[in-house]
Amino acid sequence: MAERMTGAEMVIQALADQGVEHIFGYPGGAALPIYDALFQQDDVQHILVRHEQGATHMAEGYARSTGRPGVVLVTSGPGATNAVTGLTDALMDSIPMVCITAQVPTTLIGTDGFQECDTVGITRSCTKYNYLVKRVEDLPRIMHEAFLIATTGRPGPVVVDIPKDIQFALGDYYKPDLETLRHQSYRPQMDGDADAIEAAVDLMLKAERPIFYTGGGVINAGPQASEHLRELAELTGFPVTSTLMGLGAFPASNPQWMGMLGMHGTYEANLAMHDCDVMINIGARFDDRITGRVDAFSPNSRKIHVDIDPSSINKVVRVDVPVIGDCERVLAEMVRVWRSKTNQPRSEAIAPWWKQIDKWRAVNSLGYKNSDTVIKPQYAIERLYEATKKQGKEVFITTEVGQHQMWAAQHFHFDQPNHWMTSGGLGTMGYGLPAAVGVQVAHPDALVIDIAGEASVQMTMQELSTAVQYRLPVKIFILNNERMGMVRQWQDLLHGSRYAHSYSESLPDFVKLAEAYGGKGIRCENPAELDAAIAEMLDYDGPVLFDVIVEKDENCLPMIPSGKPHNEIILPDTANIGDIIDEKGRALV
Amino acid sequence: MNAHLQPTGSAYFITKETQEIERHTLSVLVDNEPGILARVVGLFSARGYNIESLTVSETEHGRRLSRITVVVTATPRTLVQIKLQLERLVPVHKVHDLTSEGASLERELALIKVAGSGDHRAETLRLADAFRAQIVDATVESFVFEVTGKPSKIDSFIALMTPLGLVEVVRTGLAAISRGPQGM
Ligand SMILES: Cc1ncc(C[n+]2csc(CCOP(=O)(O)OP(=O)(O)O)c2C)c(N)n1
Ligand SMILES: [Mg+2]
Repeated sequence: MAERMTGAEMVIQALADQGVEHIFGYPGGAALPIYDALFQQDDVQHILVRHEQGATHMAEGYARSTGRPGVVLVTSGPGATNAVTGLTDALMDSIPMVCITAQVPTTLIGTDGFQECDTVGITRSCTKYNYLVKRVEDLPRIMHEAFLIATTGRPGPVVVDIPKDIQFALGDYYKPDLETLRHQSYRPQMDGDADAIEAAVDLMLKAERPIFYTGGGVINAGPQASEHLRELAELTGFPVTSTLMGLGAFPASNPQWMGMLGMHGTYEANLAMHDCDVMINIGARFDDRITGRVDAFSPNSRKIHVDIDPSSINKVVRVDVPVIGDCERVLAEMVRVWRSKTNQPRSEAIAPWWKQIDKWRAVNSLGYKNSDTVIKPQYAIERLYEATKKQGKEVFITTEVGQHQMWAAQHFHFDQPNHWMTSGGLGTMGYGLPAAVGVQVAHPDALVIDIAGEASVQMTMQELSTAVQYRLPVKIFILNNERMGMVRQWQDLLHGSRYAHSYSESLPDFVKLAEAYGGKGIRCENPAELDAAIAEMLDYDGPVLFDVIVEKDENCLPMIPSGKPHNEIILPDTANIGDIIDEKGRALV
Repeated sequence: MNAHLQPTGSAYFITKETQEIERHTLSVLVDNEPGILARVVGLFSARGYNIESLTVSETEHGRRLSRITVVVTATPRTLVQIKLQLERLVPVHKVHDLTSEGASLERELALIKVAGSGDHRAETLRLADAFRAQIVDATVESFVFEVTGKPSKIDSFIALMTPLGLVEVVRTGLAAISRGPQGM
C-alpha cells in the first residue's frame, strides 16, 4: 500500500522499515528537511557526532559489532567530503554502511551552488555503489536497494545523495519487492560450486602440512560461519591462523589457534604459511601485509580460496581450487562433505606437522623484556586483557592505527567474532575512538575499549564529546609513547633513524582534556600501579581517557621486513633492527 | 649521512611482470543509467588498466541496456582481473572477452574529410572507390567519405588520403560481436 509523504519522510520511513534503530549524523542546510522529519518521530534515534568522519567510523563499529548495517546522515558539500575517509575505510574492510548525503536542490546542481560538491563523483571510487536521486518516485526503491547492496554479497558502503527539493517533494512511499529492483545485474553468488568444494575437501584429506588461513569474510558471513569454522577445525585437526580482520572467528583459547599471521604475526603462523602443503584460505584476500614478497609466498603449497568476491580470486596469488561463495554456506558444505568422506581427523598424518609447529611456538615470538621501572606497551595490554576477563561483561575492543594496534592484535585474545574492530585495509588513524562510540551505542551494557596511540587518538578526539553527551562509557586506553611509534620504527628500519616529524613536540594533558570534555582522566606511568589504575578505569561509570605512559622506543615485533619472505622474520631478541634489511630490500619500492 | 644518498625503503613489494601484453576486445552489457560510463572508465583509471578504444550506445531501448565495447591492452592475468572487476560493478550484467572466446567481427566507421583539386581529386575518388568509401558530402574543393571496416582498413585509407589533402578524421571506435548463432 502506497502512502503519500515527502521525500524526507520517505527516508525515515525506509530506515524504520529496514529496522534501523540508530543513525550517526550531523545536520546542515541541505539536510534540514530530513532532520525535520527525524524530529517528528521516535523509531530512529539520531546520534549527533562532532565531525562527519566520526559518524562514519561509528557506523562501522556499530556494523561490525552487530552484523547490521551502519547508517550515516550528513549534509551536502563539506558534510559529504568529511565522510569520504570512513566510506573508503568501509569499502576496504567490507563493512555494510548506508550513507545518506544531502545535496543542493536539483536546480542548483552544476552551478557551483553554496555547499555543492559532486558527491556521486567524489564517492564513486570509495563506495560499493552510489545514487543521486533525481525524482522522488525513485526514492523508496533506491533507499531499499541501497540496504540490499550494502549488506549482501561482499558488504560495503553505499551513498544515497538526495537533493533538497527531492526531500521536500511529495510522492508515494512503498516497500519495493526486492525481485523487481532496477538492478537485475546484481546477483551475488552465495552457494559454492559443489565440485569445487569436493575438490577442496579431497585436497584437505590428503594434506600433511595443512593450515587454515581465515579472514574478515568469515566475520562478515555472520556468527554461524564462525561456528562452522570451529567445527571444521575440530573435524580436521588442522591449525588455524587469521588475518587482522578475522580475529575472533576462531577462539584464541583453542589449542589449534596459531595467532595472527602477516607482517606482525606470530613466528609459528608465518612459518606454517610458508611451509604448508595445503593452504585453506577462507574469506581472506592475500593482502600484501600477509603475503610479503608474493614470489616467495608459500612456495610449495596447493591453495584453496573461498571468497564471495570473484575478483579476489587470483588477484594477487594464483590458487589451485577457487570456491566462490558465502563463507558461511561454503564452510557448512565443507563440514558436510568432510563428514561424508571420513569420520576421523587427520591427527596421525599431520602429527609431524604439529611437532614442527610446537617447535616454532617454543620460540615465543610474542615475548618481550618486561621492566619494573617503565610500563611496556605489551604488558599494559596483557594486564588490560586480564582485568577485562574478570568483569563478567561482554568486551569489545577497537583500535587506532600504529604499533598499539598490532600489540592489541597480538596480546589481547578474542574468542568470539564481532568483538574486535580495527581499520585494517585503509589503516585509518582516528578510527578507534568513534568506532568505540558506535559499538557502545549498539551495546550499552558492554565494556567497550579503544586501545589507542597518543597520535591517532587526536585525529578524532572530539568524539569524546559525543560519548559524554549520550552517556556512553567508552574507555580510551592510550599507549602513550610520545611517538608515532610505527613511523619511528620504520625510520629505524629503513631511513637511518632520521626521525622526520614522527614525534610530538607538544602533547595535550590528556587528563585535563578528558575533564574538559566532561569525562574522567587517568594517568599511569609506574608498572606497579597499573593494575589499580586499570581497575579505576573499569569501575568508572562514564567515558575515561586513560593515559598510559609507556616505553618510548619499543619495537613492534615479530616483523617480516620489506623484501623478505615469511621465513626471514625478525624476532624480538634482535637488538638493532636497523641492520636487518639489506640494500636490496631497501631498494624495493 | 645524506638522506638522498640512501636507497629509500618501502612497505611495498613489486614483482616484475613476466607475462606478455595482449590486446583484447571486451563486450560489456550494462544498465543504461547516469554515471555508468564514468563508473567503467573510473575503474580502468583507478586500477591502472589501459583503454585503447571505447564505444558505448544503448542497444535495447525497452530494457534500457547499453553495450560497451572496450579494447584493452594487458597481460592475460590482468585481463581476467579486468573482466572480474567489471562484473563486480552493480549495473554490469555481463562481460565477454571476445578475443579469447573465439571468432568475432570487429568494425569501425570513420568520416574522413579531404580537400583538393585537379589530379588529386581524381586520385582521391579512385582510391575511395577501391575502399568502398561512400561520398556523404561533396563540394567543388572537398569530399567527406564514410568508410566502414576493420580498423586496419580505415588506417590504410587514412594513410593514402594524407598526401591527397586530408583535412580531418572522426572515428567511432570499435563495435564488435561474436560470430555464429549465440548472443551475449
Ligand atoms: C590518517 C592517517 N595518517 C597517517 C597514517 C600513517 N601512520 C601509520 S601509524 C602512524 C603513527 C601512529 O602513532 P600513534 O597513534 O601514536 O601509535 P603508535 O604507533 O605510537 O602506537 C602514522 C602516522 C595513518 N595510518 N593514518
Ligand atoms: Mg604513539
